[in-house]
Amino acid sequence: MLQVDNITVIFDGVTAVKNVSFSTENGEILGLIGPNGAGKTTIMRVITGTVTPVSGTISLREIPLEGKAPYERIRLGIGLAQQIVHPFHSMTVLENVTFAAGYNKTKNPLLSIIKYAKEEEKQKATKILQLLDIDKISREKPDNLPLGYLKRLEVARALALEPKILLLDEPLAGLNQIEAQKFADKLLELNHLGQTILLIEHNLSEVIRICKRLVVIDNGVKIGSGDPREVMDDATVRTAYLGEGHHVTS
Amino acid sequence: MEYEISLLTIMGISIIGALSLNLIVGFCGQISLGHAAFLGIGAYTSAILTKAGIPFFIAIVAGMLLSGVFGLIVGFASLRVKEDFLAITTMGVAFLFMGIIRKQEVLGGEMGIAMIPGSGLGKFGYMLLVMLLAGALILFSIYLKNSWMGFTFNAVSADENTANLIGINVANYKLIAFVLGTAFAGLAGALYAHNIRFIDPESFGFIESITILSMVVIGGMGSVWGVTIAAVLLSIFPMWFQFIEDYKLLVYGGLLCLIMIFSPEGLSGISEKIYAGVRGKRSDASS
Repeated sequence: MLQVDNITVIFDGVTAVKNVSFSTENGEILGLIGPNGAGKTTIMRVITGTVTPVSGTISLREIPLEGKAPYERIRLGIGLAQQIVHPFHSMTVLENVTFAAGYNKTKNPLLSIIKYAKEEEKQKATKILQLLDIDKISREKPDNLPLGYLKRLEVARALALEPKILLLDEPLAGLNQIEAQKFADKLLELNHLGQTILLIEHNLSEVIRICKRLVVIDNGVKIGSGDPREVMDDATVRTAYLGEGHHVTS
Repeated sequence: MEYEISLLTIMGISIIGALSLNLIVGFCGQISLGHAAFLGIGAYTSAILTKAGIPFFIAIVAGMLLSGVFGLIVGFASLRVKEDFLAITTMGVAFLFMGIIRKQEVLGGEMGIAMIPGSGLGKFGYMLLVMLLAGALILFSIYLKNSWMGFTFNAVSADENTANLIGINVANYKLIAFVLGTAFAGLAGALYAHNIRFIDPESFGFIESITILSMVVIGGMGSVWGVTIAAVLLSIFPMWFQFIEDYKLLVYGGLLCLIMIFSPEGLSGISEKIYAGVRGKRSDASS
């Protein structure tokens, strides 16, 4: 599905990501984890095209993404839910998702002027809102909604693009444990429906619970990958999370 | 009667000018402080062509097209700069236009162009044409706002980066907004030239740009009806009350400040609040 090969990113002489490689399988939910500042979001940005690596390649379903603008990558099948929510404040929740659902009608800017009907996209958006349990707030503007709803809206909008792979950048951040657990269950449900997901997340308990495979990044370097339990038992990974002084006793 | 015809003609031209800027600023969120320059391009093109014997209708279409072409060029600037930087860039375009016009003898220089041929429709016929075109632009604006293009303009206006990350070719949408808006500005300018039958650089100066922007801001950026009403009011008030004409910048500047402080959504925002209040009272009464 998504193939990331030897990505290196340097910001002002500082290496943010160094030779990181991983891939996602069709239909899997892969967790990309690491301590703060490890380079996870930078990798996400490289995938979406908002950050250009100095070396390395990325392909989606064997289509190289180099040289493609972010909007072109999205149209190739990437759906992104950003860490900091960015709803369109001038639109209602339903309109936010309807707009994304009409991606075929907005593909050609010139032809979009003769596209008028929105009923089909509204129905599709309503189904997605129902799937994510936020259909009750479909007529609300995002301004006064709690973060939990906005996080789900971010995912709903990305889902409306019918992505081949869903990139989720810390979707559980800022949620309390109960909300996080419910939302993680929902992500698992999406995955069971066939959605391939690349999940960047700090909430380790939820990541370990819902992901079948993890990739761990620290200081821009990949330090582990594989089964969540095995990865988290790895001494290098534990040191990265808990510091040099920590000794693994179990 | 002649006075009323003149008033309605100016009103119609103002509506076209204001709605043309509304496409760029209101719909697509791209600030422009030099819109009068595009009215000027349309006006000068149409004036020169009709003086050269080109039929009126072909000349105003040519004015629209040339203005749209220059709009495309300025639109490219909007791809590199945003917000206040774009405001300064578009302001620079307006001064550049004035500077070029003033120095070109073929364009009349400081003296401008006089004795511009009329439309041949007579004053009443011309007023009807202008009102018809203004009405058509109102309908087009409403249609555009509700089309997928308008939906996308709304998204670009709200958050360009996020629009990009849901698959929108933001650059092309912004260029379309500039081309459409400036082409209609060219139409307004051409209609102005054949109405007044005299144009000079001052007719399309910075004050005129601010006047058109005032209509959009006071009406409510993005609101077709709000901007239309503001264009009507701000075009006829100076004719009714001489002091407004004498202190145009002061009055429009003051209105802009008041709107920005008390109702940034303009007249449309005020009417929406009143409507919401009335609806709230009704539902309270019925419950």
